Amino acid sequence: MTPRRKKRLYLVALVLLGVGAATALFLTAFQENLILYHSPTEVAEGKAPVDRTFRVGGLVKEDSVEHSEEDLKVRFTVTDTNHDVPIVYDGVLPDLFKEGQGIVANGKLGGDGVFVAEKVLAKHDENYMPPEVAESLEKAGAKPPHSMARPEGN
Amino acid sequence: MIPELGTVALALALCMALVQATFPMAGAHKGIAPWMAVARPAAMAQFAFVALAFAILSYAFAVDDFSVAFVANNSNTALPIYYKLTAVWGGHEGSMLLWSLVLTLWTLAVALFSRALPAEFAARVLAVMGLVSIGFLLFMLLTSNPFERLSPVPAQGADLNPLLQDIGMIIHPPMLYMGYVGMAVAFGFAIAALLGGRLDPAWARWSRPWVTVAWMFLTAGVALGSWWAYYELGWGGWWFWDPVENASFMPWLVATALIHSLAVTEKRGLFKSWTVLLAITAFSLSLLGTFLVRSGVLTSVHAFATDPARGVYILTFLGVVVGGSLLLYALRGPSTLGGSTFSKVSRETLLLANNVLLIVAMGTILLGTLYPLVIDAMGGGKLSVGPPYFNTVFVPIMSVLMLLLGVGNLARWKQDSLGRLWRHLRLALGGAVVIGGGAAIMLASDAFAAKTAMVALGLILAVWVLITSIQSIWTQLSDKRSLAAGLRRLPAGAYGMVLAHVGLAVTVVGITMTTAFESEQRLRMAPGDTATLSGYTFRFEGVEREKGPNYQAAMGSFTVTHDGEREATLKPEKRHYLSGGKPMTEAGIDAGLTRDLYASLGQPQSGSDGAWSIRLYHKPFVRWIWLGALFMVAGGMVALSDRRYRVTRRRKAGTPVGDSPAPAGGA
Repeated sequence: MTPRRKKRLYLVALVLLGVGAATALFLTAFQENLILYHSPTEVAEGKAPVDRTFRVGGLVKEDSVEHSEEDLKVRFTVTDTNHDVPIVYDGVLPDLFKEGQGIVANGKLGGDGVFVAEKVLAKHDENYMPPEVAESLEKAGAKPPHSMARPEGN
Repeated sequence: MIPELGTVALALALCMALVQATFPMAGAHKGIAPWMAVARPAAMAQFAFVALAFAILSYAFAVDDFSVAFVANNSNTALPIYYKLTAVWGGHEGSMLLWSLVLTLWTLAVALFSRALPAEFAARVLAVMGLVSIGFLLFMLLTSNPFERLSPVPAQGADLNPLLQDIGMIIHPPMLYMGYVGMAVAFGFAIAALLGGRLDPAWARWSRPWVTVAWMFLTAGVALGSWWAYYELGWGGWWFWDPVENASFMPWLVATALIHSLAVTEKRGLFKSWTVLLAITAFSLSLLGTFLVRSGVLTSVHAFATDPARGVYILTFLGVVVGGSLLLYALRGPSTLGGSTFSKVSRETLLLANNVLLIVAMGTILLGTLYPLVIDAMGGGKLSVGPPYFNTVFVPIMSVLMLLLGVGNLARWKQDSLGRLWRHLRLALGGAVVIGGGAAIMLASDAFAAKTAMVALGLILAVWVLITSIQSIWTQLSDKRSLAAGLRRLPAGAYGMVLAHVGLAVTVVGITMTTAFESEQRLRMAPGDTATLSGYTFRFEGVEREKGPNYQAAMGSFTVTHDGEREATLKPEKRHYLSGGKPMTEAGIDAGLTRDLYASLGQPQSGSDGAWSIRLYHKPFVRWIWLGALFMVAGGMVALSDRRYRVTRRRKAGTPVGDSPAPAGGA
């Protein structure tokens, strides 16, 4: 082998090694951290996994929010208008969290059918509807609420 | 009438861009000097027209001209004047105008500072930048004209998103755009070199200062974004692996790789094709970032536009730029191969490894960012990739990178030996392990082993980079008898490099310490309640009403004591803007070099005791994360002052461009 070829071979090996290691890392980390979205209907139909983190979203049902008086525990229900999912959360709710608002929650489904949220997301703008939620509502045959109306702007 | 002038100015700018893209390109190809000479005046005129359009839009904001739809959507009479002016880039159309303004500004800079370059080359660079500008001006005129009128004219504007009414909004986007768009200069130089068939060390030397300046802005922009998120979002986080953050981080990684590979190309005439590819990639990622952020594909505070036509346009534009430049590369790239050789153990090899690692890091972020979009587009359902993925992948890659960085600091060009390296590095390695490891064990003595190991890794790597960087200065001293004289004789580039690498070490210390030792409490607090974290006692004094220029706020007050001594008063706010019902959280932060104390208000709680939901944080060394970025920017600034760039400029004026040997040091 000429020195030139040898060098090239060496470079290729180096690159392959780096890419290989990164791929292995990537695949394991990727597998573990994919978070799927399930609509309330899917949760009700038992399609959502138990004991694995996923996202659920919908509108916060009117009159469903119950705050604890001692700590930050809060219970509420999200709905895609066909099915409801009860959620418990222990933490500070986002500013835009309110009844009737579309939200997405990250967490796990407990055996009792109550979703234990680790994170509750209501996006930065009250006119914004999480696309997942909009889709679930559409599938459930509900009319998108007024908050979908503004197509543009901040 | 005045807003229409804005549209006219944009149209005239487009005409100038067309002139700038066509005549100089054709002139360079056919060797017609007068055609090439058109490039500079065209670039100046183009800048003047875009600046005029920008001024007209700013004026419309200043006088509350709500007949302009963009103004009506993003401003309000109650908005303070400084936010009215920055609201110009608070929405999609205006931010595109800022993009164009920044691009024409860069073009103007190239036009003014390229007189020493060969006329053909300068003409080609300006022509390529003209082509890019055509793309963006057309985009604005066809899909997002900021001067579009609204009828009937509303009496009041919808207001600027409160999240954007902040000092961060004034400086973050222009910085980031300067960085993003600065990659267009690197791109222009690369394409011009491909077209002219001259990928040589001189080309690398001309590109380097431009890439460095753009990289500095990008560094500052990314760091500012992180700092802004930290204090504005009220979650105490400084990086979320949000697709929008990733969109700004990926070009940064590639630009960093580009800086290093340009160093090799300039000094050793190697990696030319690779450097060209990096320049193309960096600019493409800037465009991809614009696409991701602006098309509404990623819905977040950054995504103003939801018009699919815009997304399709940017995607097509991206396709043309990437496809076109790669095609050109395929046609012209191989003919410019060649150069000298280097041994397995050499600085070249280590810089190659640096590049591979940075690109792999970028690739993993790209996959994590785009995968959910691709799956969704193919009807595979909604999913997201959690931040742990990015951390798991990113930390090992960066650890290897920093390990090799230390070796690279001391490695010689062309050929080195493992024995020599080991002799020079063993002390640094020992020092890093003892200092970093010792500090970790002392700090984390009460925690479990996994955390101690993580802290040790972070600190050892940071100390390792620090020691070897300083050592690299020492080994470069030509005259070891007189330290002062030797230090003075070193090129500025060497100091710039050390500063930037020290910045990396500082940032890594910040990230390590914050991640390992931060403490957080989320709790319900009534006035008079106290909470203690990491030895700091936060006492909630209550909430008062406050009135701002265009909002009303509930302002909480926390007295923080440490060992019985009064340490700080925190004043977090919950603001309600008069124009709409969006409540905004303003964190109360007491910043310090070794710790931040942070409080933010959640919501008033039910019950009669005036309680709120509260978030409290103690964040050790969090400032170091951004301090490190400042070091990096300072390093870039120092490197720019290197004589070699000025000397070449002067020399170039008289003599033909030669491949003159560059002074040693300062990769």
